[in-house]
Amino acid sequence: MANQNIIAFLVEDKPGVLFNISNMFRRRGFNINSISVGGAEDHVSRITITIEAEGRALNQVVEQLDKMVDVIEVKRLDQLRTVVRELMLVKLRTVDPMAREEALIHINSYHGLILDIEPESVIAEVTGEPEKLDNFLEQVKSIGVEEMSRTGITALERGRLKLKRSE
Amino acid sequence: MNGSQALWTSLKKEGTKHIFGLPGGSVIPLCDEMLNHDLRFILARHEQGAAHMADGYARASGNVGVCLATSGPGATNLVTGIASANIDSSPVVAICGQVARELIGTDAFQEVDIIGVSASVTKYNIQARSAAEVPYAVKSAFHIANTGRRGAVLIDLPKDVTTEKMDVEFPETISFRGYRPVYEPDRREVEWAATLLARANKPVIIAGGGIISSGASSELVALSEYLMAPTATSLMGKGAFPADHPLSLGLCGMHGTYAANTMVPEADVLLIVGARLSDRTTGAISSFAPNAKIIHVDIDRSEIDKNVETVTRVVGDAKNSLQKILRHLNILRSNTATNEYWRKKCQELREVNGVSKTNGDYLKAPEVIKTLRRVLPRDSIVTTEVGQCQMWAALHYDAYLPRSFMTSGGLGTMGWGFPASIGAKTARPEAPVVDIAGDGSFGMTENNLATSVKEHLPVIVLILNNGMLGMVAQWQRLFYNHRYSAVKLERTPDFVKLAEAYGAEGVRVESYKDLETTLNRAIKSDVATVIDVPIDPEENVLPIVPPGMGLKDALMEA
Repeated sequence: MANQNIIAFLVEDKPGVLFNISNMFRRRGFNINSISVGGAEDHVSRITITIEAEGRALNQVVEQLDKMVDVIEVKRLDQLRTVVRELMLVKLRTVDPMAREEALIHINSYHGLILDIEPESVIAEVTGEPEKLDNFLEQVKSIGVEEMSRTGITALERGRLKLKRSE
Repeated sequence: MNGSQALWTSLKKEGTKHIFGLPGGSVIPLCDEMLNHDLRFILARHEQGAAHMADGYARASGNVGVCLATSGPGATNLVTGIASANIDSSPVVAICGQVARELIGTDAFQEVDIIGVSASVTKYNIQARSAAEVPYAVKSAFHIANTGRRGAVLIDLPKDVTTEKMDVEFPETISFRGYRPVYEPDRREVEWAATLLARANKPVIIAGGGIISSGASSELVALSEYLMAPTATSLMGKGAFPADHPLSLGLCGMHGTYAANTMVPEADVLLIVGARLSDRTTGAISSFAPNAKIIHVDIDRSEIDKNVETVTRVVGDAKNSLQKILRHLNILRSNTATNEYWRKKCQELREVNGVSKTNGDYLKAPEVIKTLRRVLPRDSIVTTEVGQCQMWAALHYDAYLPRSFMTSGGLGTMGWGFPASIGAKTARPEAPVVDIAGDGSFGMTENNLATSVKEHLPVIVLILNNGMLGMVAQWQRLFYNHRYSAVKLERTPDFVKLAEAYGAEGVRVESYKDLETTLNRAIKSDVATVIDVPIDPEENVLPIVPPGMGLKDALMEA
């Protein structure tokens, strides 16, 4: 996350809004590393993106988002004052009982959950900062990763800070 | 009430009196209902023309221009016109028919996803999904098009929505949580800007279209005089500052005047108001204003620091912002007497012009345009096509008033000027309206002669006819070793006969005296007049800043 910046924004929850936002990113040549979208309250969706950009370029991302009619609030999150999480599902190949044993140890040590056990595979859920997920993947690489899916990060500012300005 | 009644009633409530458009299958119910409403429909012969007319109408009047097209090809034909209006911050509302709701997504006849297509070239777009949504769609479209940084908004109307009967309410106001344009500048921003200006020894102002849009010309003149700051304009800002004012530098940029392109890079404080500083205005950024503290005033925050790094910003409406900056300067009581040298320099540099070599006895394009200026009353309207004709007009046509010079600046749409002139004439029928055209550009939308004649909107088209796609030809002469590729038009139509075929007047002119006489007659004519002026195919627009170079590197002779 070193040179990654996090931008969180609230948008109107209605058809076409996500298209307009991704279309704007494409048109302006902004390269998004991750995006996560979910419902919030009051017909609003909250979107969190990470982007490798700095200075004026980063400022342009915020300003161009802010300019969009359906974007309600935009904020660049200060990483020192923000809690960041990503969720990952990983399917590990565990035909070999030794491999299975090893997988369970790693999952446990990362406080992961086992969501599914099949004769030949297990699915683990691991949550944390993106670096933690990277590390987990590194650890289990030798066991064999069949498939995985990461959500992209979601983030909330600590304490009194919040995205929505009080009216 | 059905959706069609809701549409026309809503437009009426917004004050719409004129609609430019062309019907088709999906808007037949709309057109039928239109007969019951007191609106003037101006029938274009191609939807692109309708969109440019609405744009010209908006720029001439300051009110929202409205155009209408059917679904599918009608809608896609509007796209160039919508994009031209939007990039130049012109308030246009485009109404498009759409196939019935149950057919959307089935690739039905004349179905196109115009919401998707237009997303990148509009400020906003809306599909009304029921008759009850129509008044909200119209209210939203007008609100967004005509506030903040103005722009184009598209409304997509499925055919069955226009026939559906529902209880319909008409909202008096509308608001969006995510759309709150800032008109009032922040006090600290204003004070800091005024402080920098007060300390300037060599201040220069660049005024853009935002001055015209917010009606801030008198504030601009007052500030320029207070600071003794020579004032240039971007292409969109032409008319924002009177060309005959002693502090006027004229156009800045690729085809800027010698005065503007010399003084902008020498400024120690550069105030930019309502201009978005495109590459055509700045030239190479590194040598644009290397020693200047740049202050940028704009209603669109995203334009500030986008292309040029500023020292300070003022986010707000140009008129409000300039008023407040002036007020604060008065509090600071800055001493501006030291600027006499700077003002004199402005005067001297204004005398320097670019000179093109020409052959034969052709009329010279700059002289043709100066003749036009002499003949036209002060409050006439000039529109332009795009290319050499546009840049000659920008350099040599002195605009004195806002909304008196209109051109497709951002998109550079050939074929824009003629339909836009018809739109402008609709808005201001008492004013002479002239499209300064080239033979290439005019060919793109010449069919609008039919509209001009049928609708009794007598405009003047002044064609600088060089049988070439002149600007591309100029680049090929200057930067591609004189190798012409795909620029010779050769068999252009006989524009005199062409005009006559449409029932307009056509005149070929080969002397300045004839030009004057013809123009004087054309101003009084009740049909459109096409004036064909043959010019030298090798004549260049000068100065020109070669691509990638700085403003000071302009070629003055070629």
